[in-house]
Amino acid sequence: MSDTPETKPFEPIIIGFTCNWCSYRAADMAGTARMKYAPNVRLIRLMCSGRLDPTFVFKAFAGGADAVLVSGCHPGDCHYINQNYKAMRRFQLMKRVLAQLGIEPDRLKLLWASAAEGAIFAREINSFVEQVRALGPLNWNKTSFTIPADADKEEVPA
Amino acid sequence: MSPKNPKTVEKAQAKPKFAMYWAASCGGCEIAVLNIHEKILDVDANFEIVFWPVAMDAKYADVEKMEDGEITLCLWNGGIRNDENEHIAHLLRKKSKILVAFGSCACEGCIPGLANFSPIKEIVDTAFSTISTDNPENIRPQPHYKMPEGEITIPTLYSMLRTLDQVVDVDYYMPGCPPESHQIAAVVELVIAALKGEAQLPPKGATIGAGNSTVCDECPRKRNLKTIKEFGRIQLIKADPELCLLEQGIPCNGPATRSGCDARCPIAGAQCIGCYGPAEGVVDYGARLIAAFASVIDSEKPEEIDKILDGLVDPAGQFYRFNLAGSLLRASKYARTNGR
Repeated sequence: MSDTPETKPFEPIIIGFTCNWCSYRAADMAGTARMKYAPNVRLIRLMCSGRLDPTFVFKAFAGGADAVLVSGCHPGDCHYINQNYKAMRRFQLMKRVLAQLGIEPDRLKLLWASAAEGAIFAREINSFVEQVRALGPLNWNKTSFTIPADADKEEVPA
Repeated sequence: MSPKNPKTVEKAQAKPKFAMYWAASCGGCEIAVLNIHEKILDVDANFEIVFWPVAMDAKYADVEKMEDGEITLCLWNGGIRNDENEHIAHLLRKKSKILVAFGSCACEGCIPGLANFSPIKEIVDTAFSTISTDNPENIRPQPHYKMPEGEITIPTLYSMLRTLDQVVDVDYYMPGCPPESHQIAAVVELVIAALKGEAQLPPKGATIGAGNSTVCDECPRKRNLKTIKEFGRIQLIKADPELCLLEQGIPCNGPATRSGCDARCPIAGAQCIGCYGPAEGVVDYGARLIAAFASVIDSEKPEEIDKILDGLVDPAGQFYRFNLAGSLLRASKYARTNGR
C-alpha cells in the first residue's frame, strides 16, 4: 500500500443505497442547504431499504467498492410499514457473512436518516469516509481475479 | 473397448466420441453416471469412449494427438485447483465439440471450492500436520523434487479454486452433487436423439438436467409464513414432518436452490444444503439466502436479532457450501491474498 507522505491520500469509493422517502431526501436536503460532505459516496436510490437485495452489496464489493452504506427511514417510520426492519435483519446477517469472507464489518454501515436530517446524513457520511480511509483500500477486483502464470503458485516450504 | 473384428472396428470409428474427466472433485459424479444402470449400455452403443481416466486407461498424450473438436461430448467434473487441471481444461476444450460442466464442482466449485475460504498454507497444514496425521518429520509436498534419477514434479496448487467457466468456454451446465441419475439418463437420451437428428440441443450456455425453479417449489412441506425466534440444528430438534423446515428454525437452503432433485432431502427429513446450486435468476446464491433467512426472523430489535443469528453457527459455510468459487466474491480475502 502507498502510505508515503508524497502520495495522495487514499480516497475510498463507497456505494450508498438510500431509500426514496427518507434518506435520499436527507441527502437532497444536505445538498439544497449547501452542506458540504465528502464526495466519496455514490448514492443509489431505492424505493425502500427493504428493496436492498444483499446481492447489490456483494456486487458492489466484487466490483471494487471499498465500503457500502445502507440507509433508510428510522425504525417505525417506513413508508412500507416495516420493510426497514427487514433491511436491518438482512444487514446484520450480511455483516456476519462478509466478515467470514474477510471484509471488515467497519466497511458496512447502516444509517437511519429522516428527510429532515440532512445535517446528520452529511456528518455520518464524513465520519464513515474517515473510518474507511483508515481501513485502506479493499481492492477486491484487483486481487487474484485471474491467476498469473507463476506469481500465484505457492512454493510450500518444507 | 477395442473390438477385434475389423467390421466392428469400422463401425466403432463412425461413432461419436465421448470423454469424461475429473479435476478437483471426489469421483461421485462418475458413480452417478454409472448409476444410470443399463442406460450406460446406450452410452457405449452410441459413443466411442476415448478418454475417461476413472474408468479406462488412456494417456494425456492420446488426447493431445486428437484433431481439434474430435470428441463430440465431454463431461467435465471438478473445479480448477492446480496447473494440471488448468492444462487439461484447455486441452479438452480444444478437442471437444460439446463441453459440459458436469456436477457442482465444475459449475460452482462445490466442496473443494470451500478451500477458497483459506490461504494455501492453512490448507496444507490441515492436510499434513493435524493431531491425527502421522508425519513426524513434517514433510510437505514439493512441486519439484530432485531424485538421484532426475527431477520429479507434481502439479502446483493455486491460491483459489476456479469453476470450469472461469477458465474455459463452457457449452452446458449440469448442476448437482452429484447430478441425479435420472437427470443424467434424460440428458444422455437427449444427446443421442440430437445426434440422430431427432431432437434439438438447448441453446449454448443452458443449464441442462435440472429444473428452473427452486427446491421449495418441489417440496411438499407446508408453508404457513411463520416466523421464528431461534435457529436450531437439525440433529437437536424434533422437526415436524409436514411443515416447512425453515419455518421451524432449521437452516434449509431450499429458497435459493435450483429444483431438479425432487426435493429429496426435505422429503426425507433433512434440510436442503444446496447441492443443485443457484436457481434460475439467482445471481449470488448466498446473498439470496441471506434475504430469505432474514425474512423468517421474528424480531425488530437489533440485539435480539443478533442473538437469533448466533444460532447460525457458520453462516458463510451454510450459504456457500457449494457455491463459494462461483459466487460474486469467489473467495475470501485470506485466500485471495494467500494470507499475505
